[in-house]
Amino acid sequence: MTDKTFDVIVLGAGPGGYVAAIRAAQLGMKTAVVEEKHLGGICLNWGCIPTKALLRSAEVLELMQHAKDYGLKADATSFDFQAIIKRSRAVSRRLNRGVGHLLKKNGVTVLEGRGRLLGGGRLAVTGRAEGEYAAKHIIVATGARPRDLPGLERDGKLVWSYFEALNPDRLPKSLLVVGSGAIGMEFASFYNALGVDVTVVEIMDRILPAEDAEIAQIARKGLEKAGIRIMTGARVAGLDKGRETVTATVETGKGNGETLTVERVLSAVGVVANIEDIGLEEAGVETENGVIRVDGFLRTSAPGVYAIGDVAGPPMLAHKAEHEGVICVEKIAGLDDVHPLDRDQIPGCTYCHPQVASVGLTEEEAKERGHEVRVGRFPFLANGKAIALGDDQGLVKTVFDAKTGQLLGAHMVGPEVTEMIQGFVIAMKLETTEEELMHAIFPHPTLSETMHESVLDAWGRAIHI
Amino acid sequence: MAIPILMPALSPTMEHGRLAKWLVKEGDTVSPGDVIAEIETDKATMEVEATDEGTVARIVVPEGTDNVPVKAVIAVLAEEGEDPASVEIPSAEAPAAPAGGGEDARKGGAEPEPRSAAAETASTEGAVERSATSAPAAETADAGGAGRIFASPLARRMAKEAGIDLSLVKGTGPRGRIVKRDVEKAIEEGVKAPAVAGAAAPAGLGDDQVFALYEEGSYDLVPLDSMRRTIAERLSLSKRTIPHFYLTVDCVIDRLLEARARINATAPKDADGKPEWKLSVNDFIIKAWAMALKRVPAANATWSDAGIMLHHHVDVAVAVAIDGGLITPVVRRAEEKTLSAISREMRDLAARARGRKLLPEEYQGGATSISNLGMYGVKEFAAVINPPHATILAVGRGEPRPVVENGGIEVRTVMTVTLSVDHRAVDGALGAQALSAFRELIEEPALMLA
Repeated sequence: MTDKTFDVIVLGAGPGGYVAAIRAAQLGMKTAVVEEKHLGGICLNWGCIPTKALLRSAEVLELMQHAKDYGLKADATSFDFQAIIKRSRAVSRRLNRGVGHLLKKNGVTVLEGRGRLLGGGRLAVTGRAEGEYAAKHIIVATGARPRDLPGLERDGKLVWSYFEALNPDRLPKSLLVVGSGAIGMEFASFYNALGVDVTVVEIMDRILPAEDAEIAQIARKGLEKAGIRIMTGARVAGLDKGRETVTATVETGKGNGETLTVERVLSAVGVVANIEDIGLEEAGVETENGVIRVDGFLRTSAPGVYAIGDVAGPPMLAHKAEHEGVICVEKIAGLDDVHPLDRDQIPGCTYCHPQVASVGLTEEEAKERGHEVRVGRFPFLANGKAIALGDDQGLVKTVFDAKTGQLLGAHMVGPEVTEMIQGFVIAMKLETTEEELMHAIFPHPTLSETMHESVLDAWGRAIHI
Repeated sequence: MAIPILMPALSPTMEHGRLAKWLVKEGDTVSPGDVIAEIETDKATMEVEATDEGTVARIVVPEGTDNVPVKAVIAVLAEEGEDPASVEIPSAEAPAAPAGGGEDARKGGAEPEPRSAAAETASTEGAVERSATSAPAAETADAGGAGRIFASPLARRMAKEAGIDLSLVKGTGPRGRIVKRDVEKAIEEGVKAPAVAGAAAPAGLGDDQVFALYEEGSYDLVPLDSMRRTIAERLSLSKRTIPHFYLTVDCVIDRLLEARARINATAPKDADGKPEWKLSVNDFIIKAWAMALKRVPAANATWSDAGIMLHHHVDVAVAVAIDGGLITPVVRRAEEKTLSAISREMRDLAARARGRKLLPEEYQGGATSISNLGMYGVKEFAAVINPPHATILAVGRGEPRPVVENGGIEVRTVMTVTLSVDHRAVDGALGAQALSAFRELIEEPALMLA
């Protein structure tokens, strides 16, 4: 019989949970993590990671299809859909095992099963690690799941969520994607690259509604050029399911509308926090708007109970969950220099083609908050490396406070921007002003020179445009 | 090893000053404590003392040079056995160049190789410290601020625009780096001058540290209300920024007690048969202290950076203990008022203070305060000055004590009072004059009629 008393028990081994557990173990706390299904959670098994594997296949395929542009011959390009899916699953499996090793290496006890708070620092697990456990600190990291809209509930066959989209039985000929957030656009991009007839329906007046309007517009052009049909300000009013097809009624406002017959529908209208059936009420943990209410250090209304990641509210992003896990545990350990998460410095990345990445305030938000702004723009069209790569569509946009030179936001669309955004993330974290960014030496030739030029442009000093 | 002598700082904000005069010349030998030069700012003149023994090898900054940056090398000493002619100037910086700014100036002087940087700091500290007594105007020295200030670029720019001295801002970033939120806090709350010269203001124990010292459940935690916060803030500010000194005298109050008894006994009765007044000893103290300050008007003062305010009237704040704290209602123009008027007013103010019904104008302002703990049997104590006042009179219990009078021992009723004084506004002799006037009046209350 193993010991059942811990300093910290983390409920859920997603990116927030396992990081919190490892950090707690590093700080010398006796730590356990309860996981019902997969170490690494949705992110690693059904989200961030496997989609990146799929999108890589799509990218290579697109390059092959454009071989001629590079002076190469790759006639009769084709692909094996099941092999693409298989590769994606293998990537997830490898990382899933990796998390297991990391937890073991750090001495974190993994309790397999489903956990439920009992109040008073106690927790019941049902499953392989059946039993009652106790901990001074319990961290709820149960994540989120796909949101079901009425009439658009996933059925596992015709109407998909990301689970089915990641592991479909066959490649459909046509796909209707409902919702144009990161999940919707990434799958739209992937299936479109494989030749599927993709239509995206978005209720807002633009795609990627969380992004800067100008950037979203450029992304839209790129996606449409690639062949995706995008309907904004539109709503799926009803689905008429056949045996192998679905006919959707799409309203485009003012009584206009059309019907669309597709083989599959992907519902990508967001996620909802997993707050049910984990004993929150018994433990006295309050929720608000469907998520657990927490303070800056992730403490819930119940002493000794914390919540991190998706279950603690938006933005529902893996890196936000990881960071919250670290803050939460370091505060528990009583470390100095622990500060609440700065919500204005959480980057976001969408891996469709073209890629979109951003951090901080959009131009609109900055103005709404009363900043007098200076905005810099620089297109990839004028960047040598992008031209050499044959991928020169996109823009880097920077938003500064005109008075203090504070970098308020950075918004990018184009090649490899998801890898480059961290430069601006660090700049923000270190509180650089435009001056340090201007004085920094960016290597030539790189895509990152667009970042430098965008900063220069905010003060009318861009060189290459 | 050559020993650099650095331009000292006369105040934490001083960035440069004038090297007014050299009192030594090259080739002179000096010992620690020898006065070697005079430094001037627009506010003060200070003597620079040698802190090491040696021969003046080189005078780097000639006398009469303006705008010498703090911590610039002004001269170099050769140690015993060292050839003064071969001594090199440790810092390459052109010392007479006008400083670009406070931080840069500081950096400039402190950046040579680590060893000499340490020597510089030490010698500056020593010089300033030792000459502090001979130059009372030198309030503080910026000796400890020698290091670079770690602040984010954004924090630097925001501080510059808001006119905030970053050396007074506490950083909460990694390793104490000053970041945006620290400057925002400083803008919001204002910066406070450090309590100890040069050294970073010692922050009190953080809450986490305090709580860690006591077992949970072994105490009750009383939440801080706004009065408690105000008391904590103002009195901390007072002790941090006001250089207090204390004067204590014994007052024989037998005559006062007799006078009080007579005055109270003969008070006219109103329609209900109640006496029109019942003077307390404290009423006499208020009146006597007000008249004492009227006699010594220079002590009826308030310090400000722009100058010392000398008040035309004596407004006396009187500390009244109330539930959960204290408040100090002000008796205005107390020097003009009769004892019975003061008594009536005080009774009314105290009653309303206890009911927390005073208007702000009834407890704000004034230039002095009285705190009387005699009723609790306290013999004597020293009170914390209540800013913006320059003085506070702490009154102990009147009690029979043996007193030497005309060569014999007599038993008299003696009351000990201690005056806390803001040295910035009121010097020792002045405070003593005011206190002595008070004693005269309180020992012979008839003088209050004069």
